[in-house]
Amino acid sequence: MSTVNFFYDPDWMRTLSAPFMANAFLAGLCIALAAGVMGYFTIARHSTFAAHALAHIGLPGATGAVLLGLPVSLGLGVFALGGALVIGALGKKASQREIATGTVLAFATGLGLFFARLSSSASQQMQSILFGSILTITRGQVIGFAVFDVLLILVLMVIYRPLLFSSLDEQVAQAKGVPIGFMNLAFMAIMAGVITIAVPAVGTLLIFALVITPAATANVMTASPLKAMVLASLFCLLAVWGGLVLSAMFPAPPSFIIVTISTLFWALSKAIEALRK
Amino acid sequence: MAVNKGGEPQAAIVFRDACVKRGSTIIWRHGSFSIPQGSVTAIVGTNGAGKTTMMMTELGLQPLEEGSIEVLGRPAGQSNADIGYVPQSYTSDIDSNLTAEESILLGLTGSRFGFHPISQKERARTRQAMEFMNLTDKAHYRLSELSGGLRQRVAIAQALVCDPKLLMLDEPLANLDLANQRDTVHVLARLKRELGMTVQVVAHDLNMLLPILSGAVYLLDGHPHYAAMNEVLDAGLLTHLYGTSVQVVTTPQGDMFVTPSTDETQGAQIDRHDPTYLAELHHHQHRQDQTDPELGQRTGTNKGGQA
Repeated sequence: MSTVNFFYDPDWMRTLSAPFMANAFLAGLCIALAAGVMGYFTIARHSTFAAHALAHIGLPGATGAVLLGLPVSLGLGVFALGGALVIGALGKKASQREIATGTVLAFATGLGLFFARLSSSASQQMQSILFGSILTITRGQVIGFAVFDVLLILVLMVIYRPLLFSSLDEQVAQAKGVPIGFMNLAFMAIMAGVITIAVPAVGTLLIFALVITPAATANVMTASPLKAMVLASLFCLLAVWGGLVLSAMFPAPPSFIIVTISTLFWALSKAIEALRK
Repeated sequence: MAVNKGGEPQAAIVFRDACVKRGSTIIWRHGSFSIPQGSVTAIVGTNGAGKTTMMMTELGLQPLEEGSIEVLGRPAGQSNADIGYVPQSYTSDIDSNLTAEESILLGLTGSRFGFHPISQKERARTRQAMEFMNLTDKAHYRLSELSGGLRQRVAIAQALVCDPKLLMLDEPLANLDLANQRDTVHVLARLKRELGMTVQVVAHDLNMLLPILSGAVYLLDGHPHYAAMNEVLDAGLLTHLYGTSVQVVTTPQGDMFVTPSTDETQGAQIDRHDPTYLAELHHHQHRQDQTDPELGQRTGTNKGGQA
């Protein structure tokens, strides 16, 4: 009978200095930046469930890619983007349609499982796609993440105000000439990108806690959109880096610790908010 | 340019035989009228008569099936920079973390692509709009923390911040208590008086608006009409308009009130839309070649008004 081994590892500093750890820390930085910024907009647009669903829509893409011998991120990204464009084309109202979104989410997850069962290698990867494997992120992936972040910031600098305006009230924004259909597509497409880079860290199942929860925590602390985005990125970064350090000290999977820290931050902010009232 | 009939104020909105369809259903048609600048106009009609749709057509967001609409001298949709629009959903649906100030500022900067830091001038105009709407002390409150009445004031301030020539409000009095309704009406009166703004209001209940209204667009039997206020305040017309018995009362102050009669059994047969009578009453010209099936039979039984 195996016993649960939950001892402190005194050698944790050496674990942290391993090359794969450097990649994991850099990946965490890139993910935190993208998730913090887009998490804010996802909440402002009431599209958190749609964002969560995108990760699951990406799942059959990921397992399908393994089946075909393609990179996981490619399959995930293509499926998430496809799903994003469909949801985006249906409009902001559609992204709030929980039953349709939930049904597609469940179907996509099932399809992902089916693809995974078709090959043994996909079966092996299933767990890391579902729950993440931040320690296996390669230098190439990190560079890809960084490029995505730069593009994200550039695009957001251009569409920031119209995106915010259309998040506040689509009708008013539309009357003032904001192309709301385009804003929807742009938002969902960017979201698909954020999902694609965040899934390797915590997987499709836990992504909500990494992308949405830090932004929700930041929203409790500040009403300013820019400050909220910075704070959300910071909370996200603390969760990922904290997760990496603690998982080196204790034998627990990083994904678990990352979502635990993120959830604790959120619970704490909610508790403080409740006490203040 | 807008029509300028012998010395009359220039028209802010001109409908020419406008017709709107949703799917294959005609919402309304034969809309031909003009609304003068500097007027406060109500759009009235029963639920589903197409009041909001009318605002959408004026904003160019809902295409016309036939005819044309000119707003502020240009085809609908081209003057939107000079129009402030406050939709109905504003008071109930918005659950935003943005502060009142940020939200109002978006009325000025929100449609601008590209990287633009906010200028002192924009800040100053936002402050002005907040002062006008008496919101200065609420500047840093989040919208989600404000009451319905306050949110509406924020929404109006957001519409006003770009100095519009025309302000359109969809059901601004719905979901507000009496005090807030009165405040809103007061704001509209000031806009007309102090800034000469043209105001258009979708309304269910005309009572609160009566003191400031110059006229009304009423959607009746699928046709929009415009009439000055004294013509609208006709018990017969209002009874038709709302499909329920309505009385007009003149108070000692000279104010007119429209009140639903207290009970339905006062002898007067409640009339439900006799289109022939109405067509005669309001002389709207149907083209002779287009016979409205409803107008086929001539009954002419209605006498309107109360016994």
